[in-house]
Amino acid sequence: MNTENKQPQFAICILEEQTQLTLDDLCHACAIDAQRIIDLVDVGVLEPLSREPLQFGGSSLKRARIALRLHHDLDLNLAGAALALDLLDEIDTLRTRLHALGVEY
Amino acid sequence: MEYKDYYKIMGVARDATQEEIKRSYRKLARKYHPDVSKEADAEIRFKELGEAYEVLKDTEKRAAYDQLGANWKGGQEFRPPPDWNAGFEFNGGGFGGKEGSDYSDFFASLFGQGFRTGGPRGTQPHAKGGDHHAKILIDLEDTFQGATRTITLRAPVVDTQGHVITKERVLNVNIPKGIRAGQHIRLSGQGSPGAGQGKAGDLYLEIEFRRHPLFRVDGRDLYLDLPVTPWEAALGATVKVPIPGGIVELKIPAGSGSGRKLRLKGRGIPGTQPGDCYVILAIALPPADTEATKDLYRKMAQEMKFNPRAKMGV
Repeated sequence: MNTENKQPQFAICILEEQTQLTLDDLCHACAIDAQRIIDLVDVGVLEPLSREPLQFGGSSLKRARIALRLHHDLDLNLAGAALALDLLDEIDTLRTRLHALGVEY
Repeated sequence: MEYKDYYKIMGVARDATQEEIKRSYRKLARKYHPDVSKEADAEIRFKELGEAYEVLKDTEKRAAYDQLGANWKGGQEFRPPPDWNAGFEFNGGGFGGKEGSDYSDFFASLFGQGFRTGGPRGTQPHAKGGDHHAKILIDLEDTFQGATRTITLRAPVVDTQGHVITKERVLNVNIPKGIRAGQHIRLSGQGSPGAGQGKAGDLYLEIEFRRHPLFRVDGRDLYLDLPVTPWEAALGATVKVPIPGGIVELKIPAGSGSGRKLRLKGRGIPGTQPGDCYVILAIALPPADTEATKDLYRKMAQEMKFNPRAKMGV
């Protein structure tokens, strides 16, 4: 055993691929209450994998956090944040594609 | 500490109306919001803007700030005047409780500093500790082999005297094979400690790749510009191609032009559905820097009736 290295190592997994998040996980990770998460589902920011009980894919975490930041910082309502999020996603995809093709913007 | 010119940051004149300040803030906030802007310093600019707005939107704080006078320049060394605060009464909403209220020393010296610690939510006696979020930069190679990376995280904590200090913590993290940019790993129990017997929160790490000198990444797929000679492209050849984790042989079909895209199937980021590696050919011209090479070019010019501008009618 390596006694010099006292820091623990962690067995970890990729959130987006190997994990599902419960409503409580998502509330906790975003530091908000359940109703807010349900609001995000209602405006289409989040699409649950199942509704009874509510389960979300790992990628929901990033979407929820960005939508909540846009809502909080820019005074957007949740529907506006949902639209901005979709557009940001699309811009990101296009930028990545341009970069992959060697075009700098 | 440095003086902060909140009017300049906000892009308004010192006699701007509250309405103008609000408008300017909204416009700049959209421009520099870190989720929206791709500018490298967006996060710093956005924080600065938030701090400036915190002062200028509040008529009490704005009046107190104006009291410092108009002769200061942003970045100038600043000490609050000895009679600072005299005659001002702050009873606005207070500064605590606003997320990310990590204002500058300048702000703190004028208005005090309010903090929200990452403690447990609510008032339950055994609540789970708060979750933390951070980004880590890894090399593209790390996702091919899996890797252990030592990362240092800095987080503000409140010490026993109530001061906020930055605490460093070192973690060894196993980077799972096949992880892609934008994905997260969750480290259970590495967030804030819980209250009472509550569990500690979790730590979420978002993955970002360091820019690679050769490869560009699009999701699971990689793109590589591969220089080839004119004769390799014209006659066909088998050439060696460096890919993360090794070297593969690639067959270039005869008659290939510049920009031709060849696919190395399954040689992108590994996983249950591995990505592909796309090789984009770039024809490199040998320099005509000796008499012998110049002769070769002259010979081609004589013997090859080739006009690349034929379609232009010239």
